[in-house]
Amino acid sequence: MREVAVIGCGMTRFGELWEKSFRDIFVEAALKAIDDAGVDHLDSLYVGTMTSGLFVGQEHVGALMADYLGVAPVPAVRVESACCSGGMALRLGFFDIASGNSDIVLIGGVEKMTDGADVTYALATAADQEYEVYQGVTFPGLYAMIARAHMHQYGTTRKQLAHVAVKNHHNGSLNPHAQFQNEITVEQVIGATMVAHPLTVLDSSPVSDGAACVVLASSDVAKKLKKPLIKIVSSSAATDALALHQREDITTLKAVKHAAESAYKMAGLKPTDIQLAEVHDCFTIAEICIVEELGFVKKGKGGEFTEKGETALEGSIPVNTSGGLKAKGHPVGATGVAQAVEIVEQLRGNAGKRQVKNATIGLTQNMGGSGASSVVHIFKKES
Amino acid sequence: MPSPRYWRETPQRYRLEAAKCKQCGKISFPPRLVCLGCGNKDFDTVKLSDKGKIVTFTTICVAPTQFTEEAPYSIAIVELSDGVRFTTQVVDCTPEDLEIGKPVKIVFRKIQEEDKTGIICYGYKAVLT
Repeated sequence: MREVAVIGCGMTRFGELWEKSFRDIFVEAALKAIDDAGVDHLDSLYVGTMTSGLFVGQEHVGALMADYLGVAPVPAVRVESACCSGGMALRLGFFDIASGNSDIVLIGGVEKMTDGADVTYALATAADQEYEVYQGVTFPGLYAMIARAHMHQYGTTRKQLAHVAVKNHHNGSLNPHAQFQNEITVEQVIGATMVAHPLTVLDSSPVSDGAACVVLASSDVAKKLKKPLIKIVSSSAATDALALHQREDITTLKAVKHAAESAYKMAGLKPTDIQLAEVHDCFTIAEICIVEELGFVKKGKGGEFTEKGETALEGSIPVNTSGGLKAKGHPVGATGVAQAVEIVEQLRGNAGKRQVKNATIGLTQNMGGSGASSVVHIFKKES
Repeated sequence: MPSPRYWRETPQRYRLEAAKCKQCGKISFPPRLVCLGCGNKDFDTVKLSDKGKIVTFTTICVAPTQFTEEAPYSIAIVELSDGVRFTTQVVDCTPEDLEIGKPVKIVFRKIQEEDKTGIICYGYKAVLT
């Protein structure tokens, strides 16, 4: 396989972008990434979007975006794996270059969720329609059941869950692209409107519009362009039972665990080598389970680890320096690519007030549904 | 919900019909074409137990459109005495009554309506025993 590097990145601000269309937010992010990369052509385009058909009535997204970006006839395809559509698009682009098929590829992620669609229904299509959604369960409901089981099995507290949101809002307050740039308190999280017991609206990522893009190139092309060499040293994905009730242990995200283990193996790295990570905190409990599955802390200790500040900006392994899905926003299909944008900015040393000092190795973990699919990438800065 | 999609699932939803692998004995609910236990493709139809216990639960406060009139309502993952797990509403109780490990019985109830002129959809729910 050839070495693959990220040579450009760009994103829109995440939030309620009512004045901008689905296609225009993608093009805005894509132009920033292409300009950043300094390339004059693309060989291929991959666009992650979860359910644009339900959100804005638009499918055939690959061709649409190639057309509006003005790069047709470049081959383009839309990639879908629920909430990790963006991360999976990145993975396909990675292999397109690694295989030698393409030299320069644009990866985009985009979602427009505030155009009036039934968002709860649209998101629920990532769960088992016949045996979960039919019974009246929602996504917050599924994660609430994971939270309840985690609290029961490991003694994780309501307060520990809240600490995830408090930390991520703090990080979001330092990120000009974040949907929410305000600090919140543990008391506010616990006292907020209940969505699905024990999770409140402040345990939940928001409904967002937004797009993020990265330009990938072979290392040879990246060197010719004299770009700082941020290599993708791992791309791994895995799956698990779609329905939460089919899983042996409700608190274990097996797809995340498998993807992480094979990502570490591919890069020849250990969890302790990772200096920062962007993870899929669609709900506070998700981040607690994920830091366990990624091997940053022992299973069951994720709540305590977070409460102690180990995952904070100045902690031993900063997690979601961007503000995560909680504060940066979660335009579903864009999330996986936006995670890559954050890690690249951090490794380049461009993360401003939220910069993690001397970071050279970062990880992204993106996840679909209640954890039935997950994708992990590891990025390494070459000096 | 489109009627054919509903009609196809009635053996599972009305009668708790499951598929028991002829080779390894693992019960799949809903029935599958490939056994997750051993990869075998031959099954017997069996009826699930109607007794079980709560594995985990929540109370939904913000509900999907077709359930808004019922909110708040409780949902649990239930493990039946034959080992099968599924997601179901727990009814005829208040959210405070629910606890992990509490025994439940499975009952036949109305689940949702298609729309004003459409079909009424039935299925299983749990009650505390």
